[in-house]
Amino acid sequence: MACKRILAALALTLCGSHALAADEVVVYSSRIDELIKPVFDAYTAQTGVKVKFITDKEAPLMQRIKAEGSNATADLLLTVDAGNLWQAEQMGILQPIESPVIDANIPPQYRSSSHAWTGLSLRARTIAYATDRVQPQELSTYEALADKQWEGRLCLRTAKKVYNQSLTATLIETHGAEKTEQILKGWVNNLSTDVFSDDIAVLEAIAAGQCDVGIVNTYYYGRLHKQKPDLPIKLFWPNQADRGVHVNLSGIGLTQHAPHAAAAKALVEWMTGADAQRIFADTNQEFPANPHVEPSAEVASWGKFKADSLPVEVAGKRQAEAIRLMDRAGWN
Amino acid sequence: MSPRRWALPVYAVAALVLLPLSVLVLSWQAVDLQIWSHLWETQLPRLLGNTLMLVLGVGIGVTLLGVSLAWLTSLCEFPGRRWLDWALMLPFAIPAYVLAFVFVGLLDFAGPVQSLLREWFGSGLRWPRVRSTGGVIIVLVLVFYPYVYLLARTAFLAQGKGLMEAARVLGQSPWQAFWRVALPMARPAIGAGVALALMETLADFGAVSVFNFDTFTTVIYKTWYGFFSLSSAAQLASLLLLVVMLLLYGERRARGADHAGSERPRLGALYQLRGLKAWAATSWCLLVFACAFAIPLLQLLVWCWQRGRFDLDERYSALILHTLYLGALAALVTVTVALLLAFARRFSPTWGIRSGVGLANLGYALPGSVLAVAIMLAFSYLDRVLVVPVSSWLGGAGRPLLLGSLAALLLAYLVRFMAVAYGPLESSLARIRPSLPEAARSLGAGNATVLGRIYLPLLVPGMLSAALLVFVDVLKEMPATLLMRPFGWDTLAVRIFEMTSEGEWARASLPALTLVAVGLLPVIGLIRRSAQGAGRSS
Repeated sequence: MACKRILAALALTLCGSHALAADEVVVYSSRIDELIKPVFDAYTAQTGVKVKFITDKEAPLMQRIKAEGSNATADLLLTVDAGNLWQAEQMGILQPIESPVIDANIPPQYRSSSHAWTGLSLRARTIAYATDRVQPQELSTYEALADKQWEGRLCLRTAKKVYNQSLTATLIETHGAEKTEQILKGWVNNLSTDVFSDDIAVLEAIAAGQCDVGIVNTYYYGRLHKQKPDLPIKLFWPNQADRGVHVNLSGIGLTQHAPHAAAAKALVEWMTGADAQRIFADTNQEFPANPHVEPSAEVASWGKFKADSLPVEVAGKRQAEAIRLMDRAGWN
Repeated sequence: MSPRRWALPVYAVAALVLLPLSVLVLSWQAVDLQIWSHLWETQLPRLLGNTLMLVLGVGIGVTLLGVSLAWLTSLCEFPGRRWLDWALMLPFAIPAYVLAFVFVGLLDFAGPVQSLLREWFGSGLRWPRVRSTGGVIIVLVLVFYPYVYLLARTAFLAQGKGLMEAARVLGQSPWQAFWRVALPMARPAIGAGVALALMETLADFGAVSVFNFDTFTTVIYKTWYGFFSLSSAAQLASLLLLVVMLLLYGERRARGADHAGSERPRLGALYQLRGLKAWAATSWCLLVFACAFAIPLLQLLVWCWQRGRFDLDERYSALILHTLYLGALAALVTVTVALLLAFARRFSPTWGIRSGVGLANLGYALPGSVLAVAIMLAFSYLDRVLVVPVSSWLGGAGRPLLLGSLAALLLAYLVRFMAVAYGPLESSLARIRPSLPEAARSLGAGNATVLGRIYLPLLVPGMLSAALLVFVDVLKEMPATLLMRPFGWDTLAVRIFEMTSEGEWARASLPALTLVAVGLLPVIGLIRRSAQGAGRSS
């Protein structure tokens, strides 16, 4: 008898992961634990609704949602970069959320045109320069980093990262493929060393004097700056005379077969509101996607800038084209 | 037992492995020519060249390091040999991706070493590129040499005293004896170790991506994560699998008969090194130990002190517990199944069973994420066609049970690490001469008695080695754990992934250091075992 009971208990631990509870929401997230837990904890404290999540890279998570199909576990997919969100939309794993609350909170260029996902926080991918070797007047645009003057002075992250793919996609949208390829070739030619595996490494290389300028996401600068207040690096906002700085986002979408769709929708609406926006953006030193919410003092201290007004989903539409172009230009 | 009774479990395990593999093969139904021609024109030639250099470099490197160190610690006597003997196995507890980020973080331009040198000697100083082919090879050799070291050491220890003494009596110098007697006899073991190291090299993604060094595995991921074409990625992966199968087949063919274990084991060292030779031996072992273990550990400690320790909170004990629990359960399951396979192969070596066993061992050769997603797809398929209909037929909720459950994760580990457990079990089973159980039977012992009193006691060392290897490998495993863990089952490896994916190497030091600490005890146990295992060889 006892043996049987133990077996039953064991079977339950081994397979009992799919118990359905009414007041919970399940999130698959490519944003890491420490950047999402604070905001979910706040939601649970306020409403009593539990938020369960797992973290992984975006492609495996999307594949898992697709494989689960109508037996879905996940209600929401939370990920970074419009390119990824667009891909999720194309895979048919998201369903539109019609919500006047979200429409009022988030500007249309930071949402999917079919309401399949919405942005939650914004980050600019901008130019960082060494304050002791570069005058800000020497800088102007992304395109100008391809000029001879920057030969051997540029640091870049790998082209395998979606942030660079999205930046390239918007360049293609603006200039066409041919001109963009020339720009990228110019960048590759100006590299002072092999491309790095992450943005922090790019910033550290600039600080150490391996190169003078680089292209990074703003929050990486924020993190390093917080750690080393005397970092000899500043951010520069390029293309202010024309289209503006390339801005991307982290965002969220409701899955096609979400088991708790109503609860999930309520969570997303709450996340676009003021309280959540502040926590969500400030944990990672990002800009709130809701324009009525002010960024943190630290983020605001980087200065105001004009952002590119292209709808961010362009990044997804042109992602494959961008990768092929980067490959041809020799950006690894 | 009759052959038919053995066949069922073997075919069941083989089918389990075949399931994800067939996902890869089925991907060939539709070929995206645009992606293939683009990859062929811009990527594949360079990446194939890179991969070839990596495999050659790592192959030569692990052979040199593994064999030379094993020879020194098992046959010679020099200062420090006693502790170096087991200390040289410790790098096995360090995951490749951890050594990679420590190496780059420490030695690259912006790291502390070069910064200090620039301060002393000015910025004109030239330093070899760190993120280069050579750098990747050095890192992978330092993490993977323990495979060769462990197996070669066991083989040298098992060779016994008589043959080497005979060589000496016949006027051979130690060097000649090494080349003409010890090395040829240890060749199967060395070959098996190098094969494991090369399979790990081909499947590695974490370490090479820290270096941004593009290999064939990189292009698999690029195709999936960038072009979002999982089918093209699966096609590329199936090509990789084909190469690995050829490699393994070649290794099996070249291995020939196993010579080990024909003699009484030797006690004490054969060559007493003195003077310069002794110092050279000590420094060589110390150098490898320092580069592969002591220095990386020190750097992790420094980072942990500077940044990592602030992340220590009450959730950490749960991380450690989950890690240990998963490792232990996976070791138990995998070793049990591997034992079953090894018995089946011994008692009923029909063509079908041999092929089934061979198939069951293939999971190790695939890049982790590709295998993980193939397993996930296979399990979700099973959920759809089997679990949901059956459970609703039985009056249940009709919910999927496999995907996202602990059982699925354990099955995934089983598929991935079967080869790791099977190797030690097969070789320790091979050392039990058939005359022993036959004698027991002639004395009237039944099947159960022979199993319980002859086989299992003699197999204990092999089972322990297998369990420890699987345990440490599961601790370090990342992609399957990430994709298939149940909610709330974060492990140390998951935390390392989260930190490194944000470029926060210094903060990854805390989970990394904890992971190494947790893995150390089993590794020390492993090396103790292997010495005793060799002692029991006859």
